[in-house]
Amino acid sequence: MNEASAFTLERRDLIGIEGLSAPEIVGLLDLAEEFVVLNRQIEKKRTTLRGRTQINLFFEASTRTQSSFEIAGKRLGADVMNMSVSTSSLKKGETLIDTAMTLNAMHPDILVVRHHASGAVALLARKVDCCVVNAGDGAHEHPTQALLDALTIRRNKGRITGLVVAVCGDVLHSRVARSNILLLHTLGAQVRVVAPSTLLPTGIERFGVEVHRTMESGLKDADIVMMLRLQRERMAGSFIPSVKEYFHYYGLDEAKLKRAKPDALVMHPGPMNRGVEIDSAVADGAQSLIREQVEMGVAVRMAVLDALARKLPNA
Amino acid sequence: MTEPHPLLLANARIVDPSRGADFHGDVLLAQGVIKDAAFGIAAAGVPDGAEVVDCRGAVIAPGLVDMRAFVGEPGAEHRETLASASHAAAAGGVTTIVCQPDTDPIVDDPAIVDFILRRARDTAVVRVHPMAALTKGLHGEEMTEIGLLQASGAVAFTDGARSLASAQVLRRALTYARDFDALIVHHTEDATMSGGAMNEGLFASRLGLSGIPKAAETIVLERDLRLVDGVRGRYHAASLTCRESLEVLARAKEAGLPVTCSVSINHLSFNELDVGEYRTFFKVSPPLRAEEDRAALIQALASGLIDVVVSDHNPQDVEVKRLPFAEAEAGAIGLETLLSAGLRLVHSGDVDLVNVLHALSTRPAELLGLRAGTLRPGAPADIIVFDAEMPWVLDPALLKSRSRNTPFDGARLQGRVLRTIVAGRTVYEYV
Repeated sequence: MNEASAFTLERRDLIGIEGLSAPEIVGLLDLAEEFVVLNRQIEKKRTTLRGRTQINLFFEASTRTQSSFEIAGKRLGADVMNMSVSTSSLKKGETLIDTAMTLNAMHPDILVVRHHASGAVALLARKVDCCVVNAGDGAHEHPTQALLDALTIRRNKGRITGLVVAVCGDVLHSRVARSNILLLHTLGAQVRVVAPSTLLPTGIERFGVEVHRTMESGLKDADIVMMLRLQRERMAGSFIPSVKEYFHYYGLDEAKLKRAKPDALVMHPGPMNRGVEIDSAVADGAQSLIREQVEMGVAVRMAVLDALARKLPNA
Repeated sequence: MTEPHPLLLANARIVDPSRGADFHGDVLLAQGVIKDAAFGIAAAGVPDGAEVVDCRGAVIAPGLVDMRAFVGEPGAEHRETLASASHAAAAGGVTTIVCQPDTDPIVDDPAIVDFILRRARDTAVVRVHPMAALTKGLHGEEMTEIGLLQASGAVAFTDGARSLASAQVLRRALTYARDFDALIVHHTEDATMSGGAMNEGLFASRLGLSGIPKAAETIVLERDLRLVDGVRGRYHAASLTCRESLEVLARAKEAGLPVTCSVSINHLSFNELDVGEYRTFFKVSPPLRAEEDRAALIQALASGLIDVVVSDHNPQDVEVKRLPFAEAEAGAIGLETLLSAGLRLVHSGDVDLVNVLHALSTRPAELLGLRAGTLRPGAPADIIVFDAEMPWVLDPALLKSRSRNTPFDGARLQGRVLRTIVAGRTVYEYV
C-alpha cells in the first residue's frame, strides 16, 4: 500500500470544499490519480466497496454527474441504485426529511445527493446514519466538480499553486464556481471571476478573488479559463439582456481567448450552451480540456467514495 | 458636400459656459471645427478665403443640446419627422437633438438606432442622437441590450415618459448599465397615482379635474435614489417638477451619489394656473405645478442643483389636443422656443446667462459624452449667434415643426436666434 492508499478523510460526509484542508484536497487528488490509471485498464473493477449499498438520490435532473457517480460506485464494487425523486415520492407530497428517513431505514452505506435547494444536502445528512456526498445543492457547492477540475489542471500544468485561473460567466447561480473558488484559493491559485455585475454575488471580492467585468481584462495572462454554464433555467428575472449580447461580451471565442497566455487551457463543467457562453471552435479546440474533465470526474468520485468508506463502521 | 468656407464671426459677446467665460471677441471656424474664440482675431488679420460676419455685439454661444425631445419618426411622421424636428431645432438654436425611444417601432434594437442615425444623416440639418429603450418594448420587464445599443450609437437609456414599476428591474438595469458606464434616464412618476389630468390642488378642484399629487413623483424618486445608493449606476431623473423632489435630489447629491436631473422648460416657464379655461396645450406630463414649485425650480437652476434644462418637445396633432382636457394627450412642442424661453429667466434677473446656457449645452453634453457644449478650440463648430434682447411675438403659423401645440402661442418673447451653425455650416439664419 502506498501513501495515497492509506489516506482517509476526517469526516463522515463530503458536503462541500469549505472546511477541507489543503492536505485533504491533495490527498484526494493523489488517490484519484490511482483510479485514473485503473480506469484506463481493461480490468477496472475493485472490491473496495463490496457489500456496500450506494444510493444516488437526485432531486434535480442530471445525466453526467449521476452516471459518473454510478460508474464510480460500481467500479469499486458497491451495489448502486439510482433514484430520481422528481418521478416518485416528491410528487406524492413527501418531504425531504421523510424521504431521507425512509431511505435510511433501508441501511444504505453511501448516499449521493443532488438537490435544487442550497443547504438541502446538509439538512439531509443530519438525519441519516450513512455517508453523504453532495452532488450539487442549489447555488451552494458541488465539491466533486471542483476536485475533478483541480485534478485536470494539476495533470496538465503540473501544479495549481501560482496559476492564474479566470472563472467566467454566471457566477451568481453557480455552485461550481463557489466550490472551485474555495478549492483553488486553498491550494494557492490566483483566482479571478469575470462576469457582468448582475451575475456576480454580493461581496464576491471577500472570497479572495479578483473581480473583472470584462473578458479583456479578466483573461489577460490567464493560465486557465474556466467557463460556467449560463443557468438560463434559474434566471427568474432579467439578469442579462439577451443571449446575443451575452455571447458578444462574455462568450469565449478565439479572439477573447488570445488575451490569455498562449498555453492557456479552457474548461467547462458541462453541459455547454454552444454559442452562449462558449464558441464551438474553442470548445472543440486544441486548448480545450472539456473531455478530459469528464474522465477525471469518474476517478475523483471513486477517490471520494473510497476515502469516505474507509471511515464507515465495520470497514 | 463641399467643405464650407472658413467663417469669422467678429465683434460678438462670447459666452462659453464650459469655461464660465463671458467676453467680447471673435470666433473663427474652419474645417467644421472651432479654430479659436478670443479677443482680437479679426484685428490680427482675416484668413484667406474666410467669410467675415459682423455680429454687432450679438451673443455667440455653443449650440444647445436638447436631451429630451420626442420625434415621431419612425411611426408617427404626421406629428414630426427627423427633418422637420431638425429645422425646428435649428430655428431655436438647438444643434443636437437627443430623441426618445417611444417610436413605432420602439428603439429597443440596435437596428432601429442605426436606422435613426442614417435617416438623420440623410434628412436632418442638426445632429441627432437617439436614446434607446431601457426595457424591451418599454414593458418595464426585461432590460434591453444595453451594450450593443450603446455600441450602435445610443447615448442613454430610458423608457421615455413611462416609469418603471418594478424596483428589481430598475436595480438590475442600473447594475448592468454600470459595467458599460451607461446613463439611465428615468421618468419619475408612479403609474398608480398619475392617472389624473393636472396638478392636484385647489385649482384642479375648481376645474373639476382629477389631480396628480406631487407624491407620485417624490415616491419614485426616493425609491430610485435608494437603489442608486446601493448600485452606484449613473442615474438621471428625466423631469422633476416640484420643491419636494429638489430636496430629495439635493440630499442624494450631497451624499455623493452619481445622480443628475433635468427640468423641462415648460415647468420653468408656467404653472398650473396657465391651464386657465382647460387649455390643453398646457397639459404636459408630468403636470405643471404650483407657482411656488416653479420658483423653487428656478432657484435650483441658478444654484446649479438642476443639471439640465430640456425642451421636452412633444408634437401632438390637432385631433388629440382639441378634446376635453382630461381626454387630451399630454405634451407641448418646445424646440423652437427653448432658447427664448430660457432667456426669460435671464431677463427676469433670476438666473445668469452663463448658467442657463450651461444647463442647455455644456452639462447635457458632458452627461451624454458628446463633443458639444463648448467653444474650446478644436471642438466641433456647433454654435449659435443670438440677439439676447430682440422682442418678438410667437406666431404658431410660422413654426417649422409639423405640429403646432405650443404653450407659447401668442407669447411675447425677448431674445432670438440669428444664426445656427452645425459643423461649420449655417443651417438657420434669421432674416
